[in-house]
Amino acid sequence: MASTVIPANQAPAPTPKLNYLNNGHTLKSWLLTTDHKRIAILYLISVTVFFFLGGFFAMLIRLELLTPQGDLMQADTYNKVFTMHGLIMVFFFLIPVVPAVLGNFLIPIMLGAKDLAFPRINLLSWYLYVVGGLLISHVMLTGGVDTGWTFYSPFSTEYTNTKIVEAGLAAFIAGFSSIFTGLNFIVTIHRMRAPGLTWSRLPLFVWANYATSIIMILGTPVIAITIVLVAVERLFHLGIFDPRLGGDPLLFQHLFWFYSHPAVYIMILPSMGVVNELITCFSRKRIFGYKFIALSSIAIAVLGFLVWAHHMFVAGISLYAAMIFSFLTFFIGVPSAVKVFNWTATLYKGSISYATPMLYAFGFIGLFTMGGLTGLFLATLGIDVHVTDTYFVVAHFHYVMVGGVLMGYLGGLHFWWPKMTGRMYPEAWAKLSALLIFVGFNLTFFPQFILGYVGMPRRYWQYPPEFQALNVLSTAGASILAAGYLLPMIYFVWSLRYGKIADANPWAAAGLEWKTTSPPPTFNFDETPVVTWEAYNYDEIPPWERRAPVAR
Amino acid sequence: MEHEAHNPALLHHFADAQQQKNAASLGMWLFLVTEIMFFGGMFCAYLVYRLAHFNAFAAGSQQLNIWMGAINTAVLIVSSVTVVLAVKAAEAGKRKVLVGYLVVTVLLGMTFLVIKGFEYAEKFEKHHVPGPTFNFTDKFDDNGKQIPVNPKEAELFFSLYFAMTGMHALHMIIGCGLFSVLAILAWKGHYTPGYFTPIENAGLYWHLVDIIWIYLFPLLYLISRHS
Repeated sequence: MASTVIPANQAPAPTPKLNYLNNGHTLKSWLLTTDHKRIAILYLISVTVFFFLGGFFAMLIRLELLTPQGDLMQADTYNKVFTMHGLIMVFFFLIPVVPAVLGNFLIPIMLGAKDLAFPRINLLSWYLYVVGGLLISHVMLTGGVDTGWTFYSPFSTEYTNTKIVEAGLAAFIAGFSSIFTGLNFIVTIHRMRAPGLTWSRLPLFVWANYATSIIMILGTPVIAITIVLVAVERLFHLGIFDPRLGGDPLLFQHLFWFYSHPAVYIMILPSMGVVNELITCFSRKRIFGYKFIALSSIAIAVLGFLVWAHHMFVAGISLYAAMIFSFLTFFIGVPSAVKVFNWTATLYKGSISYATPMLYAFGFIGLFTMGGLTGLFLATLGIDVHVTDTYFVVAHFHYVMVGGVLMGYLGGLHFWWPKMTGRMYPEAWAKLSALLIFVGFNLTFFPQFILGYVGMPRRYWQYPPEFQALNVLSTAGASILAAGYLLPMIYFVWSLRYGKIADANPWAAAGLEWKTTSPPPTFNFDETPVVTWEAYNYDEIPPWERRAPVAR
Repeated sequence: MEHEAHNPALLHHFADAQQQKNAASLGMWLFLVTEIMFFGGMFCAYLVYRLAHFNAFAAGSQQLNIWMGAINTAVLIVSSVTVVLAVKAAEAGKRKVLVGYLVVTVLLGMTFLVIKGFEYAEKFEKHHVPGPTFNFTDKFDDNGKQIPVNPKEAELFFSLYFAMTGMHALHMIIGCGLFSVLAILAWKGHYTPGYFTPIENAGLYWHLVDIIWIYLFPLLYLISRHS
């Protein structure tokens, strides 16, 4: 045989000395690397920086809302604070986080490839991300923006005198970073799969990232041109969205949400992909309904482009259009529900164990379900009119974005941490932080559903005193949440030096990524693997390997 | 496949040259998809506003210089032919012919940009550039019937005209730069009949930019002329 067939679930090889982490120690070997794993680490560091920056602004918001009066900051400052929170979290954390960190690291390994198809473009994406990030930091330090992350015209194009063009340019550049990531993933998944790795044998994490990439390359250029049009309108007085010239601010909203609604699926789909890997590993079972889950990702990518106007039910679109978009919005609940039902069915009669990644997966399912179901409230025209621009909406999308995306990301980060670093994280601390995050999250955002339903509008720095009790609960929850996020930051760094050495497959998991060493060598596999098995073949694990997957 | 290990253009992470070529070409096609979506936003705006302000858009369109537009269309179509011939020459390994066609393509691209520059100058002279100096007194000539239009709405037409042709011209400038680099590399003998993917992919980009003009020309210049 020319190439070695690695049999399914073969005992892992001992760790060799040379791996991607110690293959070069200079700063240059990191900053000019084309190794997808090193680029993933670069992303991990920069995304974490922006997460805590965005989190800092979130804490400022919560502190201001602790009391009904505007006592911590002025109204203008508050506007800039929530705008920076939104811009940073959306463009510099939620959109890149799972694809650029976990996807970058794992997709080539899961495909049995040596690297992504375009390693230099991959590095370019990281640099674009950094340039965009520096630009948004510059905006933050020199005056900020006060439009909200949505840049609605004509306020953004005509009236505000804050740094719209610079902030738009930052989002534009970060957008190209995500276009190149998506393009790289699609080409890699099409062209770089190992021999025998057919589409129906791909891990569902790969399918999820494939669907995400479709949205990235179809949606992001539209926000790019929209930002360009806003910029030329401000700079050269071309009046595309200016109502005084017969332009239509609604067109801006259409173009903006044509990208920005699908963008929420860019954020959630990769985390859904992570959950597939966690659920199967920690219930020792094949995934239930592989094809349905794979195709539901594609269905979400396609349908996601047909629901954008549900952000505009009160903006003055026709009732007829609103009804169609309402119907389509209900419809996109179907593929999301397919996933949740299939995960629950996978758990049925599984040998479930409760390692930290699994706790996050459970957290994801519960919180995403609540976020998704309240999404159906908002798809209902009458209720949407009642709760538009209230805290109900804020709570809804934080349940999906934080309860969903972040839970999936943290679950995945714990799960693959031994693969990425060769070290185990401390299990007891990790469980504690998962618990803190779950409790803190619900305490922060559940009161906001009630606040919104009884009429507290979003984006105000003051509120009537009768809303205070729930706001205090929310701020208290945010403090617990902050502690829950700082804890992993500390013990992950600690584990780099003091964590137990991880072997190649600490979870006895089935994916291709566990068949190489931890951390993997620079080219991932010493010999190109030949895949002869389906994903998640936990039922084929020999009895002596069927130990409980707990961190040792 | 032994000989391909010695191909200097083959990157280490590909199994063979065919896989590398397939990856590069799929990547280029996907990039073209993003370009279509990028311009799509402006075509969408044009469609909506043309329906909303038909008379003003027709009047604005009648003020464009159809001759310069038509000559430019011809220039671009010829440049697409030279790109195809360049790819052919690369395939056949004719280095000098390849360089020749690449240079001609760049020259044709620059011709387009120069003519476009004269056209923009004419807009400035007629005060048809949106902004404080904008002035539009022309009427919509509907088969001899003179219909007055709202100059504000005509300004919207010219806003879109400059946004769309300006973005197209920017793509032409990038294309000229790209082909200049390719011409230098081709002169140095970087491309062989076994490896000329960059020529092919840059050619795809050039054709796309041409096709966008092929849509812009009738939408902006021709659509409102029916006499």
